[in-house]
Amino acid sequence: MKSNLPRSLQATLIILILVGFVMLALGGYFGGITNWFGKITVGSQTWLSSRFLAISDFLTVPRDMASLRQRNIELEADVARLQTQIIELQQQVTQTEILSALVDFARTNPENTYKAAAVIGRDPNPFLRYVIINVGSNEGIVRGMPVVTQKGLVGRVDAVVSGAARVQLITDQISAVNIILKNSKTEAILTGSITGSLSLGMISHDVIIEPNDVVLTSGLGGDYPPNILIGQVVSISNPEDELFQSASIQPIVDFSHVEYVLVITNFQPVDITPLLPTPNP
Amino acid sequence: MIQTGIISRINLLSGSADLMLTILVTWSIQERVKNAWFWALVAGLMVGYVSGLPWFIPLAGYLLVVGIGRLLHRRVWQAVLLETFVVISISTFGIHLLTVAYLALAGGTFQLGEVISMIILPSTLLNLLLVISVYFLIKDLALWLYPSEVNL
Repeated sequence: MKSNLPRSLQATLIILILVGFVMLALGGYFGGITNWFGKITVGSQTWLSSRFLAISDFLTVPRDMASLRQRNIELEADVARLQTQIIELQQQVTQTEILSALVDFARTNPENTYKAAAVIGRDPNPFLRYVIINVGSNEGIVRGMPVVTQKGLVGRVDAVVSGAARVQLITDQISAVNIILKNSKTEAILTGSITGSLSLGMISHDVIIEPNDVVLTSGLGGDYPPNILIGQVVSISNPEDELFQSASIQPIVDFSHVEYVLVITNFQPVDITPLLPTPNP
Repeated sequence: MIQTGIISRINLLSGSADLMLTILVTWSIQERVKNAWFWALVAGLMVGYVSGLPWFIPLAGYLLVVGIGRLLHRRVWQAVLLETFVVISISTFGIHLLTVAYLALAGGTFQLGEVISMIILPSTLLNLLLVISVYFLIKDLALWLYPSEVNL
């Protein structure tokens, strides 16, 4: 159907209607309608958005779980690696502390020269108290050299090969060390035992020994340098029917956890065997 | 290396296990093994080289262990695990008493009761614990090296 109005009049009417709508809208006459329309639009948008998100989550969560699991595995691996690093660093700190203490000991005792060594093994026989250290004749170690830690006397070198040495601890059963008690100025012989405990023997009944008296090497016999700390007197046994009194000693060195030692390399033990009197036939 | 570096550091009272002893015992009681004496010789010389004891003490001890193992294997071979426990107990006592005898001759003074309670019995217990795992390992090794003969 063709309109009877000319096109210019149609355009003018449309413009006037639109301007009228705009004027009515600006005048607030369409408030109810716009509110109603807005509610419907926002409600629809909210519903559509929430459904879209639900479907999106449903489709994407499994993929996220897989990636999260992968990430979790990577993080667990990182944690394990970092824990290993922590343990290694703690070991290094411990080693550094021990070596630092050994260096301090060497500085405070400049009269001797030392060679540091790590304890790499123990005697396979439980009756013997020997340790194996990782320095040997290549480093100038010879049999008889005293071995100490920063705390005190450990023992002496018993056998040497090119890259290692075997050290007899003072707790060994056939070890004997000439000692002096610091307070009572009494000399005695320190012996080990089959269980690793230390005891003093050959002490006259006339001598008064007190607990906590400090035990030092005396240097007699030429096996060890003098004045190396060994331990303290713990208890005294003074039976009347025995020729000598004896005492138990608490060693200053924890022999079950010796990890690093110092070999005193400038001390040459003296072999006094030829000087000992031999019985005449 | 495992013995001196690890096993000897694991102590019960003053006793410790002897890995070489457990290996020798389990090896010597295997049915098809013929060269246990040779390995006792090798083990004895190796331990004698490392240990503070004279070389002939571990050597004699390990030869004694193989001898006990071979002897008892012909008697109680039907209960193999029981046989292993019996042999390891007797061997531990034997080798330790040999050491005690040497130390006594070398001038050592000790009380036998203390030696038994502090060293021999704990060492025996540790050896019994160790030998359980060593036994199955050595058994598999022996089967691998000496496979069963198949009748055609």
